[in-house]
Amino acid sequence: MTDRSTAAILPMPQAGISGTRKALSMSLWVAALAIPTLAPGYTPLANQIVVMILFALSLDLLVGFTGIVTLGHAALFGTGAYTAGIMALRWTNDPLITALSGMAAAALVGLLTGSCMLRTKGLAFLVLSLAAAFMLHELANMATSVTGGDDGLQGVSFSPLLGVFEFDFRGHTAFYYSLACLFAAFLLVRRVVNSPFGWSLRGIRENDARMRAIGCPIYTRRLAAYVMSSALAGLAGALQAQTTQFVALNSLSLELSGDVLIMLILGGSGRLYGAFVGVPLFMFAQDLLAKEDPANWYLGQGLILMVMTLFVPGGVLGLVERLRRSLGRGGR
Amino acid sequence: MTAVVTVLFFGVAYGMILYLISVGLSVTMGLMGFVNLAHGVFAMLGGYAAVTLMNQLGLSLFAALPLACVAVTIIGFVLERTLYSRLYGRSELDQVLFSMGLILISMAVVRLIWGPMAQPVQLPDYLKGQSVVGGIELPTYRFVLVAFGAAVIVALWVIFERTLFGARIRAAVDNRGMAQAIGIDTSRLFAVTFGLGTGLAALGGALGADVLAIAPNYPLHYIVYFMVVVAVGGLGSIRGPFIAALSIGLADTACKYLLPEMGSVFIFAFVFALLLWRPNGITGKR
Repeated sequence: MTDRSTAAILPMPQAGISGTRKALSMSLWVAALAIPTLAPGYTPLANQIVVMILFALSLDLLVGFTGIVTLGHAALFGTGAYTAGIMALRWTNDPLITALSGMAAAALVGLLTGSCMLRTKGLAFLVLSLAAAFMLHELANMATSVTGGDDGLQGVSFSPLLGVFEFDFRGHTAFYYSLACLFAAFLLVRRVVNSPFGWSLRGIRENDARMRAIGCPIYTRRLAAYVMSSALAGLAGALQAQTTQFVALNSLSLELSGDVLIMLILGGSGRLYGAFVGVPLFMFAQDLLAKEDPANWYLGQGLILMVMTLFVPGGVLGLVERLRRSLGRGGR
Repeated sequence: MTAVVTVLFFGVAYGMILYLISVGLSVTMGLMGFVNLAHGVFAMLGGYAAVTLMNQLGLSLFAALPLACVAVTIIGFVLERTLYSRLYGRSELDQVLFSMGLILISMAVVRLIWGPMAQPVQLPDYLKGQSVVGGIELPTYRFVLVAFGAAVIVALWVIFERTLFGARIRAAVDNRGMAQAIGIDTSRLFAVTFGLGTGLAALGGALGADVLAIAPNYPLHYIVYFMVVVAVGGLGSIRGPFIAALSIGLADTACKYLLPEMGSVFIFAFVFALLLWRPNGITGKR
């Protein structure tokens, strides 16, 4: 059972999405389309944000909806990035083929590690997720002939998208390409979490013993969520490689796993739009604080986490929802 | 032969440090069920405190160690009362996030005070250099480290197994509700145990400053090792982490000596397999 404080921050079941909310999310997507026209100088940054939103969205499926806390999600992002990068250097540099391969490779790694790790929970799962990511990081670091080791993969170039749209230096193609992928992934995740399967994931998050008692195959469901999340994280990684033409060893690091978790929590997990709020806020704060001294940024992140866990459970979106409720206008 | 002795010796020294740092984490996690990723913070603080006391104030190693320990114990005790205790019973995610926050804040504070570089340890002259034992040269300081570590571990076992305080901790680990029912003040017990655990971590961090370098990324850099020792050793135990820490110390040293390129991959593959076989660690229930 959840206590009252958690129950209060859980998103309420929605019979149908209200008109205002639908209009708000529509206008958000349309506004994103206008970024390269309105603020051309910021397009590469916007692309970076879109890629990270996709990555955070994939984590939301695990942390927010299924209640699986992982400290090694970057392992899957990095797998996608390295797969796309290595393929482009060796076999083919078609963006769609390499992106799909990145997804497939990450899904496979997710299936292999997940099918082992998900047999445990609590501390053992946390440590296993750390250890798995650590091993991949070390392997990428050592296999210098394939991965470039500490230097990463540089000068990874891709052929024009669909044979038509070249990845130009202004980053417009890259941005629209990432945005299209994010939109497709968002529709998919929304479809999944509102399906009966998605509700069974929430059930597992809330109380796995009860779900087992009513006959839900917990292990299979959790594994399915894990593999799906891995594939999306892999796609995000592949997009990162394609749009920045660079794969860094950092894409497999514990720091990245931690960052994406903070981004998601900042926006609010288990709400689909948490990633969309958290990632820009995180990037903005990073830009503001890390400029002078990285120490300021560590301090900022640490304070964000402390304040979030102690005072604002549910992130920014949870806060907004509670404000709306306390203003008496109702949550819908 | 020389290689075997060297690996054994360095491995044991390394294992001792890992054990001193991690044992407190094992006991407090077993007591409170709190997923505390930030335990390495206290080891780092111990290291910084000891290095500063020695390098700036000119204290001897054996004066600096207990002072650093006491200082960090107090910090740990205060943090437990003010912050940690608010999160008992909260979700695993909240505890993970909170302790990540603590790690990041500590990294920032340490960086602002001592700067980004690793802190060098100035050993007194009589501890510098090598000692020759049976024809093999080994660093003198590591002998002190092993001896000191062993003494602390014996003391720890006596406290845990032979005193009323130790019995109370064991009782609360086994069954907190029952311990409370027979009149053990578990809340106070948590605070004291947490303080002692952080003090031990500080001792480990300070003693091991030349094994695990004292730098601002310390709590993040070594987190995998501390967590692995606790997960493999089992929660709420002081024997399990000892076996785990020594094994990991020896295996890591041996791997780095024999296969420097492969680094720690083998160890983590082994830990992976072990945790799948015994998710609650070698001393935990199956």
